Amino acid sequence: MVRVALVAYQGGVAEHAYMLRRASEDTGIGVETVYAKRPEHLDNVDAVVLPGGESTTIGRLMARTGLLEKLRHLILDEGAAVLGTCAGAVLLAKRVRDRVRGDTGQPVLAVMDVEVTRNYYGRQRESFEALVKLRDPTGLAPELEEKPFRGVFIRAPAFTRLWGAAEPMGTLGGDTVAAVQGKIVALAFHPELTSDTRLHRLLLRLAKK
Amino acid sequence: MPGLPPRPYPWLRGMVEVGFDEIVSFFYRLAEAADRLREEGAFLPPPPPGSLLEPARGTVKVKHGFPVFQKGGVVMDVTNEEQAGIAEDAGAVAVMVLDRLPYDVRRMGGVARMASVSAIKAVMDAVTIPVMAKVRIGHYYEAVVLEEIGVDMIDESEVLTPVDEKHHINKWLFTVPFVNGARSLGEALRRIAEGASMIRTKGEAGTGNVAEAVRHMKTIMGEIGALRGMTHEERLRKAREYGVPTVLVELVARLGRLPVVNFAAGGIATPADAALMMWLGADGVFVGSGIFKSSDPRERAEAIVLATAMWDDPEAVAEAQEMISEQKSMMGIDVRTLRPEELLQARGE
Repeated sequence: MVRVALVAYQGGVAEHAYMLRRASEDTGIGVETVYAKRPEHLDNVDAVVLPGGESTTIGRLMARTGLLEKLRHLILDEGAAVLGTCAGAVLLAKRVRDRVRGDTGQPVLAVMDVEVTRNYYGRQRESFEALVKLRDPTGLAPELEEKPFRGVFIRAPAFTRLWGAAEPMGTLGGDTVAAVQGKIVALAFHPELTSDTRLHRLLLRLAKK
Repeated sequence: MPGLPPRPYPWLRGMVEVGFDEIVSFFYRLAEAADRLREEGAFLPPPPPGSLLEPARGTVKVKHGFPVFQKGGVVMDVTNEEQAGIAEDAGAVAVMVLDRLPYDVRRMGGVARMASVSAIKAVMDAVTIPVMAKVRIGHYYEAVVLEEIGVDMIDESEVLTPVDEKHHINKWLFTVPFVNGARSLGEALRRIAEGASMIRTKGEAGTGNVAEAVRHMKTIMGEIGALRGMTHEERLRKAREYGVPTVLVELVARLGRLPVVNFAAGGIATPADAALMMWLGADGVFVGSGIFKSSDPRERAEAIVLATAMWDDPEAVAEAQEMISEQKSMMGIDVRTLRPEELLQARGE
């Protein structure tokens, strides 16, 4: 049984809960989901999903309630597995820029050796669906390499620099749109808006590891 | 959670029962069945993107996906980049640019139109969060202009003076997603069938009085509840009454909610107002005059964000309510004192 906390202030939370249930059926790994809005909701949790939404909104609420510090401890000291999508990926990054505005100075977890550029592809008009080529540096999800992933990019960011322990996991054109560092998976796109559970299965397997 | 009153609608458990992808596929099936209708000019979604060998923009998934990431959030009306900055700092998920706040539209009268392009562009340059703007009901070309300058979502709004009382914009024709107001389920479903990617209650904008938003949300939820208890034959009749495809009515009955994101709007002025609307089943809130017509906009904006995201946590809502002072709330207007011709909600059925 894997206990997964969904950071639930805002954004695509229910969509991830649905996909986790599907991934649980596909892998046979039991899943219990918890909606987390306060630090105590993170007690005894094996994995965390940081959903898409507005990273400025979610980051400010996490800082206000104390969830930010508790989550950072859970990831850095207790090795919880993490899946961050879109805004979630922004919150994981050590460096955050905006394509137009430059450094944003917003509150983030800063646990991953990546630079994320927000609104990398432009505005909603430029949002798109495209095939993402994935690789599997973790060795836990070889099915990621079998066929491309139908990525949904909504005002999406991209990983514009990786260093240290972060490894690219997916590319689109020449850009990195998925990255992994230990048990942390960060995606610029939204697997929860598709029927493809491969990346949610990876999270469950990372949590089991 | 202790101390939390159960939601009034027992079937309300979010969209977890049916995946987003499945809901979008429904709209594509609608398109497949309707090639002939499209030739006749009916409002229909575009076909699905197929192999995706090239990236595809403006698909149903991309347009209906955008509001998913606004859920649990507050969209704030602003008139300039300074207010937009305050909204972003307070944690707004988006800003809506207007020339005048609804309260002033109501007071000043005259024809209310789309905001100045220069004002919208100034806000787009000032914040990193999405920027929305309003067009008049039926004004296809104001929408063309907004799409051209790159706003993230278009609100076809009754707050502005309608140019076409009978027809709304065919929103399937646009790359940018639309939000529309509704007072009832039939109105909401007609807008969705026309291509709206998001619905909001109309409420009565610019009054600072949440009563009409409550009424509209309860009407919509009540009508959804009634659909769930009907036979297929009764739902067929309802579809005809609403003027929408039967399959859309069947989908709503199965989901127990609208098949797109549904926000509350119209008269929300305090954190408790926002939490009330969330409890009634809203996915998030729009706040119009409530923030920048109060005398404590910074604190109020932050407090409404907190109460909306944590509506299911009474302690957090109390904390939010304590951040504002009732003396500083906008004065507000009792809707019963408005003459029928002064009601904005009656515009566009």
